[in-house]
Amino acid sequence: MPKIDLHQHPPYFYADYKSSHSRGPNQDPIDFSCLTALNPSEVVAEFAGGLRNRFAVGDLDHDLIRNAQQGGIPLGERMVISGQVLNQWGKPESGVLIEVWQANASGRYAHKDDGHDVPLDPNFIGVGRCITDKEGRYRFYTIKPGAYPWKNHPNAWRPQHIHFSLISESIADRLVTQMYFPGDPLLDYDPIFDAVPDSAKEHLISTFDLSVTEADFALGYHFDIVLAGANATPVDPEHG
Amino acid sequence: MEPDLPLTPSQTAGPFFSMGLNQSENEGRLASPLGNEITGEGEAISIAGRVIDGNGDPVPDALIEIRQADASGNFRNPDFFGLARSHTGENLEAKFSFRTIKPGAATELEAPYISVAVYMRGLLTHVYTRLYFSDESSANEKDALLNQVPETRQHTLIAQHDESQGIYEFDIHMQGKNETVFFQL
Ligand SMILES: [Fe+3]
Repeated sequence: MPKIDLHQHPPYFYADYKSSHSRGPNQDPIDFSCLTALNPSEVVAEFAGGLRNRFAVGDLDHDLIRNAQQGGIPLGERMVISGQVLNQWGKPESGVLIEVWQANASGRYAHKDDGHDVPLDPNFIGVGRCITDKEGRYRFYTIKPGAYPWKNHPNAWRPQHIHFSLISESIADRLVTQMYFPGDPLLDYDPIFDAVPDSAKEHLISTFDLSVTEADFALGYHFDIVLAGANATPVDPEHG
Repeated sequence: MEPDLPLTPSQTAGPFFSMGLNQSENEGRLASPLGNEITGEGEAISIAGRVIDGNGDPVPDALIEIRQADASGNFRNPDFFGLARSHTGENLEAKFSFRTIKPGAATELEAPYISVAVYMRGLLTHVYTRLYFSDESSANEKDALLNQVPETRQHTLIAQHDESQGIYEFDIHMQGKNETVFFQL
């Protein structure tokens, strides 16, 4: 069974991230692994599996440059993101649903509650999804999102980022995260990024990749994602 | 066997996840494949609730994801899709809501339950809990996981059946005296 390692993820409470103060739980989570010993069937909702390859996506869902056009082309710097989804034992994860959402080139979301005073783009919604192929690979076409201000502290700006959600085999594999860009000076001032353990920060930053770049069309970035997938052999409950 | 690769760290879903993850947004354009209904053989039920923060205020931008067995307690029925999503930004009461069927118990050591994941702005890593049913008290008493929870906190996991409205009410408290029990998988 997979086990979520809280040392590789950010904590529930992070002093510099204001909204974590009232929203993250205060009490320690109860360790679920007791159930492995008690439930002989080991079939529980959290680990049951069966979600892989259960989703259908549209032909243009992975192409955010084209999937919301209203007779024009979206503004901004075109980019390609590609990468591979693996589990922590290095096995490629195929049939995974990846969903993304992001701000437009000006730094505004096509969401009714985003009041940032920059233009919406009629040809860009900033929503996409795809399914990983047999080797766990994926590819999105999109526009590089702009940085945007938020109210966490004076003069607070989020670094440029794309939100990712992944559903693989079971609910225990779930990951919701954000992909950042190399060399972004705002990363040094962002409490959401900074809450990640230092040793793990690099895993949230994509790399510029000339081999992914498409000539005369779009800049290429590479971003691999590692999920807490099920082990090939059952984890020893004494040591797992 | 030790894992080889470090996990990609979690990050908050932020305030605007609904445009990417919920069917009710974007006027149906690019609608998510996941909605708030689960269909199948069995007793039709509704579930509704709010997410309450540490100040006692309802959270208007939380995402709730549920996973459940079919009516016979089978999680691996290929003809049944037991996964759904709802968010609290769809109405003024900040309530999430699901229409589904009541799951069966998987084994004699378990009560029927629904697995629940919660995501929101302010939550850097999402949390897991479970929803049990108030009208299953004898099954709840013998449930293996429920029995690992201190007795004083078990009530936070039990959805209350409101027979007049035909709804199971399930509020999730992130902090405070009635903080919901969360599990580490
Ligand atoms: Fe964002």
